[in-house]
Amino acid sequence: MGKVLPYLSLVFAIWVSSCDSLLPEEPESEELLDGPVEGLSPEQERTFLAGDIAFTDEIFTPATGLGPIFIASSCAGCHAGDGKGHPSNALTRFSQTDNGVLVDKLLDKGGPQLQHRSVPGFTAETIPKEANGVSIVVAPAVTGLGFLAAVRDQTLLDLVGQQRQEGLVSGEVQWVDAPDFFQPQTWQIQNEGRYIGRFGKKAAAINILQQVVGAYKQDMGITSDFDTEDPINFGVSSDQIDPIVDPELPASTVNNVAFYIRTLKQPIPRNQGNPDVISGKAIFEEINCSACHVSSLTTGVSDIPLFSEVEFAPYTDLLLHDMGPELDDQHVDGNEKSFEWRTPPLWGLGLAPNSQGGDFFLMHDGRAQSIEEAITMHSGEAKTMAEAYSGLNQNEKDQLIKFLENL
Amino acid sequence: MKKGFMSVRRKIETQSSMGSSRHSSFYSLKGPLTQQSKAGVVLTLGDHGVAWRNNLNIFITTSLIVTLFFINLNRTAAQGVTDSIANKDAIFARPFILAGSIGKQTTTAIGGYLEGNTNYFVEDGVGDGFSMEMRRFNIFLYSSISSRIRFLSELEFEHGTEEIALETALLDFEFHPALIFRVGILLPPIGYFNQNHDSPKWEFVDRPLVSTTLIPSTLSEVGFGLHGNLAVSGNIFTYEAYLTNGLNDNVIANPENRTSLASGKGVSFEEDNNGSPNFSSRVALKNRRFGELGLSFYGGAYNTFESDGLKLDQKRGLSIWALDANFQIGQLKLVGETAWIHVDIPDNFGQQFGSKQWGMHLDLIYPILKTNLLNLEEVTLNANIRIERIDYNIDDFEETGGNIHDDITAVVPGLSLRFSKNTLVRANYRYHWERDLFGNPAAKVAGFQFGFASYF
Repeated sequence: MGKVLPYLSLVFAIWVSSCDSLLPEEPESEELLDGPVEGLSPEQERTFLAGDIAFTDEIFTPATGLGPIFIASSCAGCHAGDGKGHPSNALTRFSQTDNGVLVDKLLDKGGPQLQHRSVPGFTAETIPKEANGVSIVVAPAVTGLGFLAAVRDQTLLDLVGQQRQEGLVSGEVQWVDAPDFFQPQTWQIQNEGRYIGRFGKKAAAINILQQVVGAYKQDMGITSDFDTEDPINFGVSSDQIDPIVDPELPASTVNNVAFYIRTLKQPIPRNQGNPDVISGKAIFEEINCSACHVSSLTTGVSDIPLFSEVEFAPYTDLLLHDMGPELDDQHVDGNEKSFEWRTPPLWGLGLAPNSQGGDFFLMHDGRAQSIEEAITMHSGEAKTMAEAYSGLNQNEKDQLIKFLENL
Repeated sequence: MKKGFMSVRRKIETQSSMGSSRHSSFYSLKGPLTQQSKAGVVLTLGDHGVAWRNNLNIFITTSLIVTLFFINLNRTAAQGVTDSIANKDAIFARPFILAGSIGKQTTTAIGGYLEGNTNYFVEDGVGDGFSMEMRRFNIFLYSSISSRIRFLSELEFEHGTEEIALETALLDFEFHPALIFRVGILLPPIGYFNQNHDSPKWEFVDRPLVSTTLIPSTLSEVGFGLHGNLAVSGNIFTYEAYLTNGLNDNVIANPENRTSLASGKGVSFEEDNNGSPNFSSRVALKNRRFGELGLSFYGGAYNTFESDGLKLDQKRGLSIWALDANFQIGQLKLVGETAWIHVDIPDNFGQQFGSKQWGMHLDLIYPILKTNLLNLEEVTLNANIRIERIDYNIDDFEETGGNIHDDITAVVPGLSLRFSKNTLVRANYRYHWERDLFGNPAAKVAGFQFGFASYF
């Protein structure tokens, strides 16, 4: 007994005393994209947690309604850590267009989105021969979207007017047909039954709920109270649906996920006192990147008070811009031209590799493997800015990149 | 700097747990709703100070274990690893049978084991605090029906009555020690662990990941086959060969979002899902002095490819090759197994479902103290370390050519105090790195466990 006790006492003492220091530290908040906006009430935090579990942990299987044709089996499958997606889970959207103008969304042929995976026993979709517009898009980060959702429509229309007046760029809003379940905020402007879209690469979704409902159905083949029809591979048969009773997901889960996304924090910029970052920001303004990547927006009155009248820095104007022929994939989602893309927010840009496997996969389809490549791929309205970037000396380029990496 | 929020929650599925329906003991780490504060002293040290202090603690702990290891190098002997019982016969090498066999009078015996433990785990700074779990209460029933027929069963209660499973119920008909016919609910011989998994035999709280998430231990299947022992130049050669119902569609149709053989275990012993039995076999050579080396195979169709005469899918198969070792080198005991898995995955089901998987674990166990304690003789304190590595998806992304990750690497140092061969308490510290499919920065999980296990 005498021999054992000292050993055990020593081990126990070390074990207890070393608990905290032997456990992994939590990364700094600014290094993470996930996490809630500060100030949620306990009730809201419960809803946030429920949404987080559904978004992050819920993996659908054939037994729980996956498919029968699909792209991913969970939300987090495409948005790891709430960040940008990886090319392996990119979406393919298709349509029939004529000179960049929509002719047919090919809804009766599986459009507008390809489900290239299928559960066993079913056949995955292929792109119909009628489709001449095919767009591959990498999933965007979902963090901070609640702030973008709370920007008043009038603010966006004012930006359109301001850009026309300044003449550098000429953004447009996307007017979108609202789904049946859409409930407008007081500040949302109706235009012949349509509302301004602001989410998605082509600004084809009006609000986050619409985006979530669409993702459940189009990405995972999960029906919900908001949309009760499975995606169908019309290339095989119009009655090829899974045997799971619809809806496969209750409205409460969809609403929880929408709330979770709305209340994710905005990415926190890093190293803002660094001289190179400060210089890079000045260059960003000087060469007019900020004409589209607007550094400051202000929200209107929101049904979640935390988002009311808040100034924030997403580096987007949420408007569609002509990005030139190199980025024209001939696909159209709505009323935009095929060469028009919504300005993506730049916040959190430097953290993209943390969700893309250590590499950058930028631009809508992940074709740019560095920030510099992404800049030089800008054309159309942004051509002069890309040329201005090319004209910078190496030090100035490095400073600009450093600024962007720290957003 | 204010600490951030980590909302990623993962199921840390350890030893008995990952993907196992019957042997799962999930403890999930859920991020708190409010930002967590850390110990003030840690914060004031800053990043560099924290790293320095962590390294110092790891160094001190490691040094202590190593010191304890060496200062007792010649003082103690390892317990019972060089006996003559091969792994194949481990299910009969349980104390309730052995004790009852004295004098060869045994007809029926009852026994079992129980195990419980505490958990305190943190993932990237976020944890759910301290918890206790009662993992298993298992009851064995054995009967030597005649001189050539014996019966063994094991009924398992996991987490109380959360899961109740008949893990074994078999009959052995011995024609000769080299030819024994076995039938019933049996443990297919895949690697070392599946047939030799009783908790009191192991020095760590958690079971090895390779044994539970790649090899789907504990795997019980209904079937029949042959096994036997042959003496070869003073060594024991053992063989086993069985046909069993096999795994099912859930190997891929599972909520793990990866190929998971553990998810494909059937929940009943009623009928096969595809009418195509699986074959399993293990051959091993045991040297009475050094230990045992085994090679095993398990394979067959897993999916429901036809039903009612209708062809639903093409027949898809899987295979497991495993190499296991249980060696004694001086006082040092080494136990390990490695497994290679191949699964035929439908083309369009998704790249997260790996067609190839690999994993290994190696346990090093060294007795550092042997003494009498509380009238118990030869109470042994062991210093232990486990190293394990699992790659759930050995493949590359079609789109980028980059490696698909989905892997775990873990180091588990610990101590176990054996009051006898049948009863022990054990404590271990676990640190593991888990990377997702894309190879994003690894989630770091670490924690402390304290547990007990005992036969009765």
